[in-house]
Amino acid sequence: MTPQSTGNAALDLAVVFFLLAGSFFVFVAALGLLRFSDVLLRMHAATKAGTLGAGLLLVAVALYFFDLAVATRAVAGIFFLLLTAPVAAHLVGRATYWSDTPLDPRTSPDELRGHYGATATTDEPDSGAYSSTSPEEASVL
Amino acid sequence: MSAQLLMAAFYVTVVTLSVSIAMVLWRLFRGPTLPDRVISVDMLGVLAVCFMSIYCLLPGVPVYLDAAVALALIAFLGTVAFARFIEEDARRTKEGS
Repeated sequence: MTPQSTGNAALDLAVVFFLLAGSFFVFVAALGLLRFSDVLLRMHAATKAGTLGAGLLLVAVALYFFDLAVATRAVAGIFFLLLTAPVAAHLVGRATYWSDTPLDPRTSPDELRGHYGATATTDEPDSGAYSSTSPEEASVL
Repeated sequence: MSAQLLMAAFYVTVVTLSVSIAMVLWRLFRGPTLPDRVISVDMLGVLAVCFMSIYCLLPGVPVYLDAAVALALIAFLGTVAFARFIEEDARRTKEGS
């Protein structure tokens, strides 16, 4: 089984373009998830590139059918993806930091260090955790 | 001409998505931490949405799009539940120590 032509060459080419662009971005997202070095970097790849790729594939489907009912569903799918992906990424990132998951050693500066997780110093938030900023600058920030 | 191009692009997309699923599964099995696995499951949900939406292009099965939209919402709920679990677990461990 293969997709039939829409009967309009320009529309076919637009669908081809969006299919290839969408699959490229989804592939890049999966590659980043596989190759990056810590949870936050992997999440950065999977969330942004993954959402863009899935959205482009849904646009391809909407163009292929060129029908209001299908387009509405595709737009709803894109809307839900754009709505849920940042929220999910925020929650997972927060939980990651909170649970003291080891980050890439090159993560610098890490200005949240000492404020969350098991190493938190709740009595004294500025207990020398910043090496690059003076206490005056830290209070302004 | 454009019909053959459409067919080729469809198969290229199917193969690319399959390779992506394999890479995400590798990260899921390898870990090394629980948040890694959670974002892998989240990404698998997005890939399932992609697969279902491009299956609509095959003749006779346009209803897959409804399933894709529903899955985009349901996968989010699972991720939120896992994030809550990780956070609560970390807090409990911290209080216990």
